[in-house]
Amino acid sequence: MKCSEFLQELTNYLDGVIDDRTKAELDDHLAWCHNCYVVCDTTKKTIEIYRDSKLYELPEDLRTRLRTAIVSKCKTSKPGPERA
Amino acid sequence: MATIQPKVSEPASDELALVQAAKAGDIGAFEDLVRRYDRNVFRIAQHITQNREDAEDVVQDAFLKAYSNLKQFQGQSKFYTWLVRIAVNEALMKLRRRRPERTVSLDEEVKTEEDSLPREVADWSPNPEQQYTQAELRDILTRTIQGLPASFRTVFVLRDVEGLSTEETAEALDLSIPAVKSRLLRARLQLRERLNRYFQKREGADGKLRPASGEANQ
Repeated sequence: MKCSEFLQELTNYLDGVIDDRTKAELDDHLAWCHNCYVVCDTTKKTIEIYRDSKLYELPEDLRTRLRTAIVSKCKTSKPGPERA
Repeated sequence: MATIQPKVSEPASDELALVQAAKAGDIGAFEDLVRRYDRNVFRIAQHITQNREDAEDVVQDAFLKAYSNLKQFQGQSKFYTWLVRIAVNEALMKLRRRRPERTVSLDEEVKTEEDSLPREVADWSPNPEQQYTQAELRDILTRTIQGLPASFRTVFVLRDVEGLSTEETAEALDLSIPAVKSRLLRARLQLRERLNRYFQKREGADGKLRPASGEANQ
């Protein structure tokens, strides 16, 4: 397997959505290709860091303000038509 | 190497009941749905618009639109996926309004495969995020993801930050599954490449590993 082929499968590999045979080929490639190992490992860390980051948390006071506004507008809005 | 564990949570079993009640005019039930998903909608909206005021507007507009069109929600998909679809459209409209000079589309094909090929392969420190304070890290992550094209950013946020499945992301963005996968791969690789400068192992004059301190504010 070439490095470019490994990269094409990287997302499926990290998400664990590949068949056993492809996974074995990818594992085999990772065992000897240090560069792909590093790319795979650091890509996984990239995803985990973003997932665990608390970017753009909604502050409680703003949250309450937005919810109050939404509910009050809903009370005056008319529900749309049912799909035909 | 272990796979990424999805953080998806199945919708609570009472969700359909809440949607039904809201359809019948129970505003309290709809308010519960707002409480359940407002944080997610806000995060998605701010990632797309990159603007706090716009994100606040998107939260209000998306929930109002959802409420007005609730009868059109047929329940084939999760309520959340349906809501995300509305929110993404609202957010993209805001982004287009703010940047009329640039075409913003989820269909844009950005460059070729070449752009995602790793140029720099360097190992990272064991816990790269711990090299920085919370504020520095937030700054690094925000600026890094803001540099991605909107189409990549949106797919990455829905799949990897919000935990939607590939199928749900495709449905929410009206993209094909291969298109979602292709954008996700490129988004992940580009983010990784851009984070390299902050997180890669460095050796100081004394031989100890040092983080790339100070770069966060450049």
